[in-house]
Amino acid sequence: MSESIIKLENVSKTFRLGLLGKTVIKAVDRVNMEIRKGETLGILGESGSGKSTIAKMILKIYSPSYGRILYRGRDIKEFKGSKGLKEYYRHVQGVFQDPYASFNPRRRVLDVLRDVMKNYYPTLPPEDIDREISTALEKVGLNISEVAGRYPHEFSGGQLQRLSIARALLVKPEVIIADEPVSMIDASTRIDILNIFIDLKETEGLTVAIIGHDLGLTRYASDRVVVLYRGQIVEEGPAEILNEPSHPYTQMLAKAIPRIDKKWDSKIEYGVGSLALGATGVGCVFADRCPYAMDICRREEPPMVDLGKAKVKCWLYTKK
Amino acid sequence: MSATVLRLKEYKVYYKTFTGIVRAVDGVDLEVRRGEVLGIIGESGCGKSTMVQSLVLPKPPMFIAGGSAKLLGEIDLAKIDSNKRREVLLKNIALIPQYVMDALPAIKKIKVFIKDLAKDKGVEYEELVEKFVERLKLVNLPREVLDMYPIQLSGGMKQRVVISIATLFNPDLLIADEPTSALDVVTQRYVLELLRDLVNQKIAGSLMFITHDIASIRQIADRIATMYAGKIVEVGPLENVVSSPLHPYTAMLIKSVPTVEQSYKATRLSGLAGSPPSLINPPPGCRFHPRCPYAMDVCRREEPPMIEVEKGRFVACWLYAKK
Repeated sequence: MSESIIKLENVSKTFRLGLLGKTVIKAVDRVNMEIRKGETLGILGESGSGKSTIAKMILKIYSPSYGRILYRGRDIKEFKGSKGLKEYYRHVQGVFQDPYASFNPRRRVLDVLRDVMKNYYPTLPPEDIDREISTALEKVGLNISEVAGRYPHEFSGGQLQRLSIARALLVKPEVIIADEPVSMIDASTRIDILNIFIDLKETEGLTVAIIGHDLGLTRYASDRVVVLYRGQIVEEGPAEILNEPSHPYTQMLAKAIPRIDKKWDSKIEYGVGSLALGATGVGCVFADRCPYAMDICRREEPPMVDLGKAKVKCWLYTKK
Repeated sequence: MSATVLRLKEYKVYYKTFTGIVRAVDGVDLEVRRGEVLGIIGESGCGKSTMVQSLVLPKPPMFIAGGSAKLLGEIDLAKIDSNKRREVLLKNIALIPQYVMDALPAIKKIKVFIKDLAKDKGVEYEELVEKFVERLKLVNLPREVLDMYPIQLSGGMKQRVVISIATLFNPDLLIADEPTSALDVVTQRYVLELLRDLVNQKIAGSLMFITHDIASIRQIADRIATMYAGKIVEVGPLENVVSSPLHPYTAMLIKSVPTVEQSYKATRLSGLAGSPPSLINPPPGCRFHPRCPYAMDVCRREEPPMIEVEKGRFVACWLYAKK
């Protein structure tokens, strides 16, 4: 097994809501996971599953309420102050969902990229800066001459997303955390963005975590997957477990996928679903939407059961 | 009752910009029939959103540059004044916008919004509220929503509230402009099935569904129209178009969708190459020719006519023109 680059140990994140902060939402609930060297890890879940909160914690935008996150064995809390953060971001970079919001609309894209270089390599002469930018752009299928002089609005969503990946690559990071990198761009160009990450992994050994809600795309791009529901990992394993998911929630995700080769042929029991966000604390987090829910599911939290390939957090798989 | 709900003829919608006229919709002929779900597919920037927005509310710098858009055979949406437009809105034609987040005023209670709407449409508030609650039930929401503010609702719930409002007056034509792109797959399936159901139950006379995601519209449409660079390039029954697309562009769109069980390790897929042309100076001839693997001389020179290849299957492509 390859070494772990990022490791989450029993990480929780709670938010307080309301004027008096009386409502506590557990966005991430005791999550243990790792991102291993040279892999593409898919983090799959719906909005409110905590997947973006995990990304933001790894990127030090939020800090965990409980537990710790390690980068190569070192608690990322230790990277602090502007110097510490800068050092951390040399290793760990983020790519975000909205490519339109990732660039200042009033500045030429090339100037933004140059600023990043000047910030990280203050002594590098301008021609070297442009050469480095050019190399990064080529890795995402763009050319410095087609970028020069242009503002963000002159690019399509897909091109802007390529530019955000190029920006992340400028510092030659070890890990990229991509938070829903394809959900806001055209369906017909999503595969190409995912291919960039796969190519970088294969040619340069880059480690990538790709967060998303589309099971098909996650299956395509990932070596391993974790499935999150209301802040908890409910299923994990090599990406092929998505072909025959074990957890009722992952099964629901698989059934909801629109396929080009056929119409939906099986019904989904949507369940009532509570309006609450985050983990509720009692029983299984999926019990109120689960078509197979039993008494025990509403009373007791299921253990993580090892099925060989997949690990699944569900009472259906425990030995009686 | 007419079988045709909407007929577009040579319909044109342009934008005035500093750099020139953007021909976003440039001569579209299209029919929407009663009882059907018509899917309009195409990439960002092909003019599909402009086309439907102009039918509901053409706002500057957008303007209708020609042609007609006849609703129920008599109301020409390309020519009516703002009073008439307000009258037909929701009653005959209604839009579910892409960004539902902005569709409702965030700090107005839903019931206040309904009250304003009742006044505007000259109907009794009590009557309209009951109808609204009926619709809420249909979309699986409780009456309590009336006392909530839009900011208290999740994306999926807001989407359902907007659907409830859009169908309050049983519109002849319901238009959904990428209504599911911001939603999770499970909620997306729910909304798609719901929209299909609204047409089946005749709550909406017909549905025009705009999307860049052909796999999702494939689930609910009766017919599909492909739009490219301001023009409709193919129209036909769903199953035929998906299983044997005529236009090279439709074929490329279909090929760019991954099937579910595939891993990059088995087959490396590729998305759609290239990007749509500028609509200020679109390419001469067929607008798709710079990206088309089959482009011939004639494609670079002359615009292809719309040809009926077999009954109900239309394509604008020189590959199908009789020599």
